[in-house]
Amino acid sequence: MPSDLTAVQLVLSADPELMGIVSLSLTVSLAAVACAALIGIPLGALIALTRFPGREACIVVLNALMGLPPVVVGLAVYLLLSRSGPLGSWGLLFTPQAMVIAQAILVTPIIAALARQTIEDLWVEYREELAAMNVGPLGRIATLIWDGRFSLTTALLAGFGRAAAEVGAVIIVGGNIDGFTRTMTTAIALETSKGDLPLAIGLGIVLIAIVIVVNALAWGARRAGERFSG
Amino acid sequence: MRAPLTDLPVAFEDVSLRIRDFTILDRVSLHLAPGAPTVLIGPNGSGKTTLLRVAMGLIEPTAGRVTWGGREHIPPQRRAIVFQRPAMLRRSTAANIEYALAQAGAMRSDWPAHVAELLGLVGLAGFEARPARRLSGGEQQRLALARALARDPEILFLDEPTASLDPAATKAIEDVIRTVAARGIKVVMSTHDLGEARRLAGEIVLLHRGHVVESGTAADFFAGPKTDAARRFIAGELLI
Repeated sequence: MPSDLTAVQLVLSADPELMGIVSLSLTVSLAAVACAALIGIPLGALIALTRFPGREACIVVLNALMGLPPVVVGLAVYLLLSRSGPLGSWGLLFTPQAMVIAQAILVTPIIAALARQTIEDLWVEYREELAAMNVGPLGRIATLIWDGRFSLTTALLAGFGRAAAEVGAVIIVGGNIDGFTRTMTTAIALETSKGDLPLAIGLGIVLIAIVIVVNALAWGARRAGERFSG
Repeated sequence: MRAPLTDLPVAFEDVSLRIRDFTILDRVSLHLAPGAPTVLIGPNGSGKTTLLRVAMGLIEPTAGRVTWGGREHIPPQRRAIVFQRPAMLRRSTAANIEYALAQAGAMRSDWPAHVAELLGLVGLAGFEARPARRLSGGEQQRLALARALARDPEILFLDEPTASLDPAATKAIEDVIRTVAARGIKVVMSTHDLGEARRLAGEIVLLHRGHVVESGTAADFFAGPKTDAARRFIAGELLI
């Protein structure tokens, strides 16, 4: 109980150490989702709107990659960025940028797969109307993304939830360096192993709050979609 | 000075469409010229919807040629279509029309006036802000008509525009079709409803198994059908 009370105090008093960890976590996850969206939405649209040999297999692989194990991604990014790796000269290992890369790799399949499904469903519905209105390829993609914006927002929030909650990848490529690459999840793992439960519980409370807010936003996006788009 | 390009007349010259072993259109020759509405009639699967899609340029025939104003393979600039089940964009009623106006190249500053005029024409004034997908079936059909008219077409294809609508909604659609035809837009529509064909048609084309069985003015067709199939169809017998 005392540790629980201390944890709540840490959260309510906006403890600088706790806030620094929360801030870095949000920055890394938001940056990862932004990168993943830039790749995932066009990739999803491309797969949705084109027909090519192996497309079905591509969709199966993309869907399977939604369950990519974070530690495996962390290991792969570690091998890429380590001094002897192909991208070792970039000097990114154990930096927030490395964490962004790892999380973006984890989140991109989620956003791409959900975007593909959303855009393909809309495309089936809109195809003939857009053809009849003589809408060009870029106009079609823009229309489908705009009209699917509420569902795509839900996909982005799902990606953010995945990024914010994962620990395996960021602990490998970030190194959990105090004040530099320590995120909520890696800090919880470390502080729990050290027995410093107040900070771990405090971060756990913030993390759960963030997950609830993200889900509320996803629900709100869906409701807004129903209200404004029918 | 060169005459402006036109999509009319639409001419079918021995047009066939075969998909695998199925013949959907069989050596169809038609001439759709400016004038009173042309109504395609025929039983289910006779090729009415496919003919409209080919006439719109959405499907390439496998044999024969289709020309618009004497030209082949031109994109749909001055023609528009309303599908039997039109897809509503996930936007407001007004935004659905604005989208079509934008695609047709209308000046943005003119959009509000066009939207007001078109919604008034189809009896949807006051519906501007409503999500299009929440409109009733009849209202969606009327919005689809307004959206098609936003393209300022010379020729308007309508695929069973009153199918599954109640009498009041059917009358509203038919009134719009009459108004549109009176404005000089060539209407080409399909229907199952012989009563509707009698009310609207200037010309009739009877299709059966992808083939034009009989065509001519509506008055001649109903007064003195020349083929046995037409006589049976008018009498309400089943064409199988």
